Amino acid sequence: MGISRRPQRGHRFTESPVLELALQGWRSRMVGLALMAALLALVLRAFYLQVINNDFLQEKGDSRYRRDIEVSASRGKIVDRNGDMLAVSTPMKSIWAIPADARAMNGEQKRQLAALLGMGVRELDGKIAADKNFVYVRRQVSPEIGGRIAALKLPGIHQEQEYRRFYPAADMTAHVVGFTGVDDKGLEGVELAFEKSLLGHPGNRAVIRDRRGNIVEDVGAMRPPQDGKDIRLALDAKIQYLASSQLKATVEAHQAKAGGVIVIDARNGEILALANWPTYNPNNREKLSGAQLRNRAITDTYEPGSVMKPFIAALALEQGKVSVNTPINTAPGRMTIGTATISDAHPHGVLTVAEIIQKSSNIGTAKIALGFTPRDMWELFDKLGFGQEPNLGFPGEVGGRMRPWKNWRPIEQATMAYGQGISVSLIQMARAYTVFATDGELLPLSLLRVDDDAAVHGSRIFSPQTVRELRLMLEMAAQPGGTAPQARVAGYRVGGKTGTAYKVEGGVYARKYVASFVGIAPISDPRLVIAVMIDEPSVGGYFGGDVAGPAFSRIAAGALRTLGVPLDAPLQVAASETARGAL
Amino acid sequence: MSRFNMALLLVAVVSALALVTSQHHARKLFQELEREQERSRQLDVEYGQLQLEMSTWATHPRIEKIARERLRMVQPDVAGHPAVAAGKPTGGR
Repeated sequence: MGISRRPQRGHRFTESPVLELALQGWRSRMVGLALMAALLALVLRAFYLQVINNDFLQEKGDSRYRRDIEVSASRGKIVDRNGDMLAVSTPMKSIWAIPADARAMNGEQKRQLAALLGMGVRELDGKIAADKNFVYVRRQVSPEIGGRIAALKLPGIHQEQEYRRFYPAADMTAHVVGFTGVDDKGLEGVELAFEKSLLGHPGNRAVIRDRRGNIVEDVGAMRPPQDGKDIRLALDAKIQYLASSQLKATVEAHQAKAGGVIVIDARNGEILALANWPTYNPNNREKLSGAQLRNRAITDTYEPGSVMKPFIAALALEQGKVSVNTPINTAPGRMTIGTATISDAHPHGVLTVAEIIQKSSNIGTAKIALGFTPRDMWELFDKLGFGQEPNLGFPGEVGGRMRPWKNWRPIEQATMAYGQGISVSLIQMARAYTVFATDGELLPLSLLRVDDDAAVHGSRIFSPQTVRELRLMLEMAAQPGGTAPQARVAGYRVGGKTGTAYKVEGGVYARKYVASFVGIAPISDPRLVIAVMIDEPSVGGYFGGDVAGPAFSRIAAGALRTLGVPLDAPLQVAASETARGAL
Repeated sequence: MSRFNMALLLVAVVSALALVTSQHHARKLFQELEREQERSRQLDVEYGQLQLEMSTWATHPRIEKIARERLRMVQPDVAGHPAVAAGKPTGGR
C-alpha cells in the first residue's frame, strides 16, 4: 500500500534545538567546586570543633551537667581500753548565707528562719546586712533543724556539712582526751597528739546530674573518703572515774589548790588513769581558765620531796654500800652541811636503812647520798628519766629541772636525795616507780592500749634482789609505824612513799606544801603504780601520808577490785576502816 | 539487596531503642543505688548518735548515783566477800 509516512516535520519537544543550549563547561565545574568547598568547610568546622576546640566545648558541656561533689569523712573516735566512747564526732549543719541574695527574704521567711535558729530577727538582719559574699548565720545546728530550714527553700540561705565532737565522759577525761576546735582539728590532749591518725580525709567524685538534681551517673575517677582511725587508749574508764572522783573529793576536803592522780599498769606501762583537778567540761568550753586547762600531771613540775628517797636507798643497796639493816645515826635530827642545816620533821635516833625509808628521815637519806659521787647520783636520776621529757607525744610535756652534776655542792646533793632542789612532773615520778613494781626495769609509758605485754621492754636499773628489798621497805612505810598508815588497803599488801615538799615561790621556799604519795599494789605481785599529788592542802594537815595516803588507798582498793586482782593479805583491817570507794 | 538493607535498618532501629531503654534502666538503678547509699550513710550517722546517747546514759557518775540513791545499793565490805584464788588474774574486762 502506498501509505507513506509523512516526513516528520519539526522536532520532538525534548529534542528541540532551542533547548540545546550550549552551556559552557566551566559553569558546571564551578557549581561542583562550590559544593565541594562547602563540604570542605563543614569538614574543617567539624574537625575544629571535635579536635582542636574539643577541650573547651567538653568543659562547657560538663559545666552544664557534671558536678564535682565532696564526700565528707568523719574524724576517728577515741575509746577507752574496753571500747567505751570518750570522744565521738556527729554530723551537724552550718547555715550560711550570701547576704545580697538573702536580703530578698520577706518578713515571714526571716521570722521562720530566726525562730528555727533560736535567734532574734534583728540579729539575723544584722548578719545578712554584712557587706560580704559569705557569712555564717549559725554553725553547728542539729541535722533535724537543718532539714527543716532546707524545706523552707529560702533565697540566699545555704548549708554545709560539718562535724561536732562530743565527749560523753565530760570533765572526767578532759585532760587526757583534750578537745577539738570548731573546724574539727585537735587543739589539746590526745586529740592533738594523735591528730594525724584521727583526721579523716574527704574524698570526691565527679557525677552527672539531671535536670531535677538527681545523680544519674558517675564519671571520671573518684577518690573515696578516708575516715579517721579510731584511737584506743590504755585508759580504763572505770578506774579513771574512780581516780578523778577521789581526787576531787581529796582536793575539796583539804581545800587544796590543785591535784593530780596517775594510775599505771605495772605489767606493761599502760596509763590506766590520769586525772587533774581543777578540770573542765570539754563539751562546753565557755569561760575556761588556764588553770582548768592545764594538764598538771604532765606539764607542771614540782619538787617531789621524800618520794625520791627510795631511789637513793636502792642505789646504795645496789652498790653494796649498805644493807637493809645497816644502822645509821640520825640523831639529833639536825645536820649541818657547809653553811646550811637540814633537819628531820621528827627526830629519830639510830635507824636502819629500812627504817630510814619507813620513817622518811632526811638526815639518814642525806648521809647515804653523801656516800655517792655526784656523777653516780646524776646518772641514777638520768636513767630514771628525770630531766627528760617523757615522750608520750602529749602536748606541753616537760622534763623538769636537774642541774648538771659538775657543779653540785654537797648540800645540794644532800637535799636532792630527799627531793628538794630537783623538780619533776607527776608522770615522771609515777614512771620512775615502775622500777619497784617490775623486777628493776623502768617501763616506757603508753597512752595507747598495749596488746602484747611481752613486746614492752624496760631498761634495767636495779637488780631484782634490790627491788625485792625495797618493796618491803615501801610496805613498811604504809603500815603503822610508817609515814602513811592511811594508805593501807584491806585485803591487799600495798607499799609506797610519802612526800611532803616545800614549794618554791620566787626562788625561795615558802611555807606551802605539795603532799604526795606514790605507791605500788599489791606488793607480792605488783599490778599497779599509783601516784597522787595534792598542791597546797590547807585544811586537815599537809603531810603526804595524811592527805594523799587515804586517796591512794581508796583508788587502789577500787582499781584492784575492778581489775580482779586476787587478794594477797589476810583481812585484818577492821571493817570500819575499809575503803568506801566508788563502785 | 534492598531487602537486606531494610533488615539492617530494622536491626539498627531496634538496637537504638534498646540502648535508650537500657540507659534509662541503668540510670534508674543508679538512682536507687544512690538512695540506698544515702540511707546507709544516714543509718551510720544514727548509729553514731545512738552510741553517743548510750554512753551518755552509761556514764559512771550517773550509774553510781542511781545505784546508791535509787536502788539503795552499797559496796560490799572486803571482809564480806570471800576471795577465791583463781589460776591467773584476769585483766581488764
